[in-house]
Amino acid sequence: MFPGWLVALLAIAYLALLFAIARFGDARADNGRSIISANIYALSLAVYCTSWTFFGSVGSAAANGFFFLTIYLGPTMMLLGVGVIIKIIRISKTYRITSIADFIASRYGKSPLLAGLVTVIAVVGVIPYIALQLKAIAASVDVLLAGSEHAIRGLDSTFLIAVVLALFTLFFGARHLDAAERHEGMVVAIAFESVVKLMAFIAVGLFVTYGLFDGFSDLFARAAAHPELQRLLRHHPAGASRWAALLLLSGLAIILLPRQFQIIVVENVDEAHLKRAAWLFPLYLLLINIFVLPLAIGGLLHYDAHDINPETFVLALPLAHGAGALALLAFIGGLSAATGMVIVETIALSTMVCNDLAMPLLLRSPWLRAARRQNLFRLLLGIRRAAIGLILLLGYIYFRAAGEAYALVSIGLISFAAVAQFAPALFGGLYWKQGTRAGAVAGLAAGFAIWLYTLLLPSFAKSGWIGQGFVEQGLFGLSWLRAQALFGLTGLDEISHCLWWSLLANIACYVAVSLSAKPDVITAQQAERFVDIFRRDGRDADARLWRGKTSLGAVVDLLERFLGAVHAEQQLAAHARAGALRDWRELPADAAFVHFAETELAGAIGSASAKAMVASVVQEEELGLEEVLDILDEATQVRAYSRELEAKQRELEAATAELRAANDRLRELDLLKNDFISTVTHELRTPLTSIRALSEMLHADPDVEANDRQRFLAIIVHEAERLTRLINQVLDMAKLESGRAEWATGAVDIGEVAREAMDSLGQLFRDKGVALASEIPEHGPVVLADRDRLMQVTINLLSNAVKFAPDRDGRVRVTVGVEDGRARVAVADNGPGLTAAECGIVFEKFRQGGNTLTAKPQGTGLGLPISRQIVEYFGGNLWVESRPGAGACFIFTVPMPTPQQ
Amino acid sequence: MAHKILIVDDEPNIVVSLEFLLKKEGFEVAAATDGEEALTQVAAFDPDLLLLDVMMPKKSGFEVCETLRADPRRADLLILMLTAKGRDTEVAKGLAIGADVYMTKPFSTKALVAKVKELLGIA
Repeated sequence: MFPGWLVALLAIAYLALLFAIARFGDARADNGRSIISANIYALSLAVYCTSWTFFGSVGSAAANGFFFLTIYLGPTMMLLGVGVIIKIIRISKTYRITSIADFIASRYGKSPLLAGLVTVIAVVGVIPYIALQLKAIAASVDVLLAGSEHAIRGLDSTFLIAVVLALFTLFFGARHLDAAERHEGMVVAIAFESVVKLMAFIAVGLFVTYGLFDGFSDLFARAAAHPELQRLLRHHPAGASRWAALLLLSGLAIILLPRQFQIIVVENVDEAHLKRAAWLFPLYLLLINIFVLPLAIGGLLHYDAHDINPETFVLALPLAHGAGALALLAFIGGLSAATGMVIVETIALSTMVCNDLAMPLLLRSPWLRAARRQNLFRLLLGIRRAAIGLILLLGYIYFRAAGEAYALVSIGLISFAAVAQFAPALFGGLYWKQGTRAGAVAGLAAGFAIWLYTLLLPSFAKSGWIGQGFVEQGLFGLSWLRAQALFGLTGLDEISHCLWWSLLANIACYVAVSLSAKPDVITAQQAERFVDIFRRDGRDADARLWRGKTSLGAVVDLLERFLGAVHAEQQLAAHARAGALRDWRELPADAAFVHFAETELAGAIGSASAKAMVASVVQEEELGLEEVLDILDEATQVRAYSRELEAKQRELEAATAELRAANDRLRELDLLKNDFISTVTHELRTPLTSIRALSEMLHADPDVEANDRQRFLAIIVHEAERLTRLINQVLDMAKLESGRAEWATGAVDIGEVAREAMDSLGQLFRDKGVALASEIPEHGPVVLADRDRLMQVTINLLSNAVKFAPDRDGRVRVTVGVEDGRARVAVADNGPGLTAAECGIVFEKFRQGGNTLTAKPQGTGLGLPISRQIVEYFGGNLWVESRPGAGACFIFTVPMPTPQQ
Repeated sequence: MAHKILIVDDEPNIVVSLEFLLKKEGFEVAAATDGEEALTQVAAFDPDLLLLDVMMPKKSGFEVCETLRADPRRADLLILMLTAKGRDTEVAKGLAIGADVYMTKPFSTKALVAKVKELLGIA
């Protein structure tokens, strides 16, 4: 339809435009005016959407309906874990990590073996993916050129495309060697490319949905009415395990694919950009997927007979309806998607191949040793260029070998499953300090082996490249070794099957081997650095973890050889300025400097090679594992100490609070004591006042009349008695309270005590005209107590009773008995009675009964408190039962002795 | 005309001694035994000076003093507080609410008579 030269010219022109944009971006970056913004970063993440999205999604939707969505939902979910990705970015920036192989190797002791293994897995795993891009471009060219005469038709167009892409990538990414391995121009070009492919896809979508049909509802209505298309709109019945597997795969792929790691981690200039990407990128995915199902349905409705590959609908539909320009736009979109992927992927892979496969070999070769003085900068660049060519060549070979048998989507998933093997070592390494190098190697090797056996080799077999035997009958004819029904696991599709067994083996080996041995010094050191990256402050610990001797010149030579003299001097000058030195030649060749040099070198040749190179020019003193752990543990110990201090402080605070409470209690007691003394003083002063006043008057005036004199002397005597009584009771109370009272304990007949007390107060009752009655048994009850003290209590109760009984008609009744094994004495009067509150108050010191607001009570206010002390000393109780107006009944009990006593 | 003195105390023996002491000095004397009675007696007897105890039933000496000081008709009434509560805070409180003099029990009869005469301006 189109002449071949037109298509070729258009493609070359588009690639040239991309190249110009990249040059512009690089130029801006070199001038220090970076144009990488959060939006450009987010758009560059869409390098995830390759020709697989552009062509393959429609094919997938045409076959399986909504299944294609999983590939886009997975990354969306993964980006919700912004914290994990930021941790990876922080670590990578701090230690100049330039690829996923470098990251994993660095975490596990800068292991060259691990770096090489990850690189091999990445290259082998991603080659099918690159093949997929070649296949997509080739297929789209075929569609565009179908039926027209063109010059390149005789050639193998796919090979041509591979060559063009390789050249283009060489110009793009491997022009120079950057210490940080960042390519700002490339990122800008990728962001632009992302916009182009989105526009192209949406344009075709609009054309089909609204040009050929009457919009979404029309398309879906037709599909629902179509006997074969109905199934696309339904949920896939056997799909739960496949949904889960694809979500997991694609979620991991967004980080673990080498090109994704390159874009998200290595090319990141600002951690804050990731937060924008976390919603902008999912939005991009949503937009590019809106028209996938409508295109699939439109294509299937248009080409009723299955005479065309649904993966070409995006091109074929516009062509079939004469929209040639739109078809060319769609071609550019697809080309753009494929190109973007190939560029970033091969650059990322070539870095890994160069740093992690070629460098370790070179460092060991005698040739390199002989050429010590030679500048290695050019050599590195050459290795990278060769790696780019090699990777694209391998992609082409895979395309030839297996590509024809597989749809685009299936090829992509093979790659996803391969890079998913990095997950345990990567995420384990971020959060689990016990993970060791041996564990990571074992896990990766096991997972990779199972991936090879259950997914990659069967894909070759399906293409007829190798025998089908191990798939159908199992290796050596053992049926449990059938490649896609391992250990008899059937009922899963090949991707879920591979993912299940490979990740199971991977995680199991990683954990089991890690736990079986202690990590070596450097792995333990790196584990601390990675896992605790957010807790580290500067390079203090890093510097202290190294001890050795070197010279400034040797290290600078090394930097110049690998970074180029100009770049090395720039970095040295920057480092010197950071240390407030004017000239980098003044830098001390100390631990901090060696750490700086190693980090710089790591940016160029990977951390494993950098470590080896630095070791070749310095005499390092080995630090023991214990010593390293001590240094690294210091921070932990400081935290522990501060926790201990906090605990101590809490204890102190608690003790202080206790002391304060005790002090308050003492102060309260002191106040009570003061109140008591004040009250006692008051009680003493009152009788003294009368005594002093009257005796002074009698003394001063001998002529006082006889009857006055007699009256005053009587008062003086009375008040003196009162004073004596008061002093005795206060002393008695003090003795009882301090436990220094003397007790003469013996058998006491309580009935007899009561009778005697009544006799002694008989005159008082008769004087006041109060009737005294009693109900006392002839003998007993007998208790063990102090007879005089019980007498004191009984007399106190009787004198209270007569005091409060009314003058006329007063009645007091004494009852003695036994109740519940206790002797019980009750003294009841028919006085004014007590309120419920007063029933308690009367037993407090100096708080007398009777309403003190209406009448001054007689007595000291100590009688009842003393009585209660006495009764309680013998294990008894003293209380009052009373209501206002109903008299009061004071009762005390004393326990009867048990027979033994 | 003799000055009139009202003795307010709930201890009958103290009232007896004060009554005898002051009558002998030539004053006209009346007595009350609680706070409420003190107020009615002030109204009825219209004394020039009050000998006022603090710890009393019904109304304390402080309350009586406050009530009287709030009454402008009793502005000239002299109040001598006489109490067994000798703490500094009690003294300060008594003076703060308007007592002219605060004496603690037991008191010297000579000192009391001298203070009463001084207050009445007949020393």
